[in-house]
Amino acid sequence: MAFSAFATATATEQAPRRASKVALLLLLPGIAYLMLFFLVPLFSLVITSLQAPAEFGDIGEFDNAFRWENYTTVIGQYSAQILRSFLYAVLATIFALLFSYPLAYFIGVRARPYPLLQKLILVMVIAPFFISFLLRTLAWKQILSDESPVVAGLKALSLLAPDAFLTGTPFAVVFGLTYNFIPFMTLPLYASLERLDTRYLEAGSDLYSTPFTTFRTVTIPLSMPGIVSGVLLTFIPAAGDYVNASREFLGGTGTTMIGNVIESNFLISLNYPAAASLSIILMAVILVLVTAYVKRSGTEDLL
Amino acid sequence: MAAGGFAEAGADLELVGLQKRFPGFTAIEELNLTIPAGSFFALLGPSGCGKTTTLRLVAGLEEVTAGRILIGGKDVTSTKAYQRPVNTVFQSYALFPHMSIIDNVAFGLRRRKIDDAMGKAHEALRLVELDHLAARKPSQLSGGQQQRVALARAIVNRPALLLLDEPLGALDLKLRRQMQLELKSVQEEVGLTFLHVTHDQEEAMTMADTVAVMNKGRIEQLGAPAVLYELPRTVFVANFLGQSNLFSGQVVAENPDSISVDIDGTRIVVPKARAHRTSGHITVGVRPEKLILAREAPVESADNNILGPGRVIDVSFSGVSTQYLIQIPLVGTIVLFAQNMGTGPIVGEGAEVWVSWHVEHGFGLDDEVETGSRFPADTDTATLALQKRHALMSELGED
Repeated sequence: MAFSAFATATATEQAPRRASKVALLLLLPGIAYLMLFFLVPLFSLVITSLQAPAEFGDIGEFDNAFRWENYTTVIGQYSAQILRSFLYAVLATIFALLFSYPLAYFIGVRARPYPLLQKLILVMVIAPFFISFLLRTLAWKQILSDESPVVAGLKALSLLAPDAFLTGTPFAVVFGLTYNFIPFMTLPLYASLERLDTRYLEAGSDLYSTPFTTFRTVTIPLSMPGIVSGVLLTFIPAAGDYVNASREFLGGTGTTMIGNVIESNFLISLNYPAAASLSIILMAVILVLVTAYVKRSGTEDLL
Repeated sequence: MAAGGFAEAGADLELVGLQKRFPGFTAIEELNLTIPAGSFFALLGPSGCGKTTTLRLVAGLEEVTAGRILIGGKDVTSTKAYQRPVNTVFQSYALFPHMSIIDNVAFGLRRRKIDDAMGKAHEALRLVELDHLAARKPSQLSGGQQQRVALARAIVNRPALLLLDEPLGALDLKLRRQMQLELKSVQEEVGLTFLHVTHDQEEAMTMADTVAVMNKGRIEQLGAPAVLYELPRTVFVANFLGQSNLFSGQVVAENPDSISVDIDGTRIVVPKARAHRTSGHITVGVRPEKLILAREAPVESADNNILGPGRVIDVSFSGVSTQYLIQIPLVGTIVLFAQNMGTGPIVGEGAEVWVSWHVEHGFGLDDEVETGSRFPADTDTATLALQKRHALMSELGED
């Protein structure tokens, strides 16, 4: 009796302490991962961005320094590409939202009585993920190329000038970005529209609001969390994307984005400090834009 | 009156041959109903009787299969919900979660571009005594407060017709009583026509001027609460509005102002004026609280119906009254409520008792003995299987 009472008393006392140890143990891999693969690289990126060329070194050899001019130099040199990156990313995000919202609304609200149809369309949205992102973009390059039936057809319909082309134009790059990020926009929108309580829509129409006004004043605000996460998931990777804009894919010399500049500085001109400072600028600008956006849309609890 | 402008007073609602069928079942068979302007009308019935569907049809949230809906004499059958001079207090309240209380209340006014929407919204909130919470979000309010906001959001528009879809269902008993009184006083204050849908018979009876009892897509009986209770027309009404002791038998004698019904050898007298039918096989009844319990055989008189002797099989005490279940041979089980006034016999289980009531308290019902499913024409699989089984069973029974 006495023993068992003692045992239970200690057991209940120790329970929370043991649980916190377990929690720490479980957190350890995650923390170690973040330290190794996020904090260390970030720190080394910051150091690299401030390096100066080695005095008697070869191309690509740099010494640690505090060369703040690296930042002003790249901003001066690549301001056009930086601005273009954000312009393309904003355009792609807007187009993806305009395309995805009706789609997500249809799957999440209208198709509710037909679960099979719902699943079928969701599969159609996700299925392209099973094929490599590069392959899909290359396929679009084929479709939009000068010899393709699409371009020939557009020319035959006089929608395109006889000497015009699509690949290498800003249109093709924004198109590619939009296409590649549509699932990232559609899925969060679907997730929030799927939970939309249609009784609020009925209440709206009961209170004299037309279907359009109900959409504007009830549906959109209630799906705001989905819009915000979809926009973030599209805008952030699109701003740093270098595949769609690269010359091997849909871009041309006039469509270079900041990702392409970083890539060529790192891998071709071996100007590591310039590439590193551009990466940090990209990161900082995205952070500022995203914070401002999230603050404005009133969904701070997402961050 | 539809878009723009306040209704000065309530308008009357007229439903003509209203019918609603969903794939596989009929929600409303045929409904003809006129609700006079300014009245408090309750549609009472069990779940699935079509009362909520009726409300949604009037609000314009469902399309009618056949029939017409007229509000204030104007046909609104083909208009959309947002064009009708009607507002609803939903069962779930459906307050917009992303808007503050005041924005919720002002929503309808803003849509109709009515001047001073904010001032009017505050006024409506003052009416339900919640103006101090105007800046909060619906999720920060209790259920009762949300219900009052939902009411304010509807009445602020001064609709010709206010629809209430079991708005008190989610509240606890005490709050519900309080809200019933408040709703009634608001209705008298603003003079709108209220159409209240509920399955709570007490709620319907305490609040409404007129109650319509609905069952299986039809109105069984319509009238003032006291009339419905005193003189139910059908078995369903007699049992749904309170409890009843019902007996079926043949009418054996007809006097100038009463009829006698033979219940397996016992005669029960019912006043002619209180019987819906006066010949053939009829069902008569009496309310449990009208019965008098006696330990000795009461003196027979022309004014009394006497049943007994019987045996008490169950006694349950419920504060104000005690409920007795009394088994009487050849008649069946009778429910009796006795007020706990300290007078009258107090009997235990197994006691031999007699039951009597004043002839004037009995009533005679109109309907025939139950004739099974009312919608046999519907063709969902369950119904078909059931019909098939009944057919087979009767066939086997005949052989």
